Amino acid sequence: MQPAELSAVDLVTAVRQGDLSAVHCTEAFLRRIEALDGSINAFLKVDREGALASAARIDERRRAGGPIGPLAGLPIAVKDALCTANLPTTCGSKMLQGFRPPYDADTVRRLREADAVIVGKTNMDEFAMGGSNENSAFGPVKNPWDLSRAPGGSSGGSAACVAADMAPVAIGSDTGGSIRQPAGLCGITGLKPTYGRVSRRGLVAFASSLDQIGPMARSAADCALVLETIAGHDPGDSTSLCDEVPRYTEMLEQPLTGVRIGRVRDHYAEGLDPEVARGVEEAFAVFTAAGATIHDVELPHAKYGVATYYLIAPCEASSNLARYDGAHYGHRSSQRTGDGFESPLLEMYCRSRAEGFGPEVKRRIMLGTYALSAGYYDAYYAKALKVRRLIRQDYLDAFRHVDLIGGPVSATPAFRLGEKTGDPLAMYLVDLYTVATNLAGVGGISFPCGFTRSGLPVGFQLQGPALAEPLLLRATDRFQRLTDWHLRRPKAIA
Amino acid sequence: MSLSRQDVAKVGMLARLALSESDLDVMTTEMSKIVGFVSLLAEVDTASVEPLAHPLDSQNVFRDDLPQPSLTTSEALQSAPRHDGECFLVPAVLGESGAA
Repeated sequence: MQPAELSAVDLVTAVRQGDLSAVHCTEAFLRRIEALDGSINAFLKVDREGALASAARIDERRRAGGPIGPLAGLPIAVKDALCTANLPTTCGSKMLQGFRPPYDADTVRRLREADAVIVGKTNMDEFAMGGSNENSAFGPVKNPWDLSRAPGGSSGGSAACVAADMAPVAIGSDTGGSIRQPAGLCGITGLKPTYGRVSRRGLVAFASSLDQIGPMARSAADCALVLETIAGHDPGDSTSLCDEVPRYTEMLEQPLTGVRIGRVRDHYAEGLDPEVARGVEEAFAVFTAAGATIHDVELPHAKYGVATYYLIAPCEASSNLARYDGAHYGHRSSQRTGDGFESPLLEMYCRSRAEGFGPEVKRRIMLGTYALSAGYYDAYYAKALKVRRLIRQDYLDAFRHVDLIGGPVSATPAFRLGEKTGDPLAMYLVDLYTVATNLAGVGGISFPCGFTRSGLPVGFQLQGPALAEPLLLRATDRFQRLTDWHLRRPKAIA
Repeated sequence: MSLSRQDVAKVGMLARLALSESDLDVMTTEMSKIVGFVSLLAEVDTASVEPLAHPLDSQNVFRDDLPQPSLTTSEALQSAPRHDGECFLVPAVLGESGAA
């Protein structure tokens, strides 16, 4: 078997047992990246040398009988929103072109300590703002299932590189669906853990009360393996949870008998693609066959999710992105006209930001600044925070009756590149089924549940209460034992 | 909900974004449309609802006030567009001149 055909769980087992060297494994994936990424553009940086060097060190240590970490030899691609001390970190933005972080993100540190092999940094929508990857300053990622289509976003590079077997696992981040939506559109499995489960230290901040890092892989079992390493409290992020990290990989076996899954009728409103609706219904039937029971639940304020999100996220972003001032790091404009600016410093700020940020990032900074400004704060930001509480309360109420909530992850399969770029609001609506999870701070997972007639993956989403990752992973794993959608590979790039 | 060009120009200055005349036109149209959409929230009765700024019911987290290793000056300056080895250099804060 070629390494690219093995699961992450099988790869680390093979390396541990000495059946596969970390170098051989890393080389196999690097070869695929070289062969395929020219047409997919999933990577912003491939660290061939660094990856092979760390793989060689792991092999040497193992041969010498030394201890090796739980992810020893496992190639992992990391979204370019996570700081890496030895690699550039651009967040998909010209603003950070050439930026070298002085430290590793906590997730990256944990991956290195577990002996994972970081193969490179993946493409993304600029500052994680977007649902198609077309907002990257370094060109869009192509969906491996159809190169004329978007992979989703913002973790589109991470989703596409796993879908094309250029890495068995990738790390993504999810502020309003940025792991789950691209996972759905690329036919892979992506987990957004509960807010605070994974430290945000070293994740370039977008909307701090919503951002969460998570694993993207072929299967729930592979996501479980990686989550065990990256989850846990970090003194460097005081919002990271102190709760003990369960052994997710050992909690997959238990059957789903008696697990109650909620079905939200409003999910089937106008706009849901009929082929997606069919795939989702068939997935519910699989869960029923696995012993789960399906119950109607209501999330009465879910219809306000997108509007709430597109106030709160831009407000937090406008504050977080104020740090890009051309003074400490990032792009500095050299243009000085003096026209209309009170001081050379002010002109430097305004021009550096105008030149460094792309259109969507500017739009969100502007929206957030507007919604936080005197006279509008109560009508917009404070109002959105109140609706956020109602949205979270809906989830708390629903989870008194069901253990999980199932449904579509996005209303349509992968759309064509360029199809929505002219209409920012249409692009915002692709987040319809995913934003409320982040607003409520709970967890969600998405995975393939079928394909359209034209061969595009259809995604299913499960959401669970806070810290229900064991159940989210177990339910998805059970589904993947009963179906083989997650094992299909895109023909276009095989 | 419609924003005026003046509103948008003012927000641009608050956000420290230099906007050209054509940027202002586009931004005014797009922001009006998006603000119109999010105004949907006005119909939700929130009279007795407290704002929720953060999903965790966590309190402030304290640690002992002990010196710990942190970034060195050179690490902190390593990606600065201009510095003198000790400080970040920026154009003049007041007035007309300033070469940085």
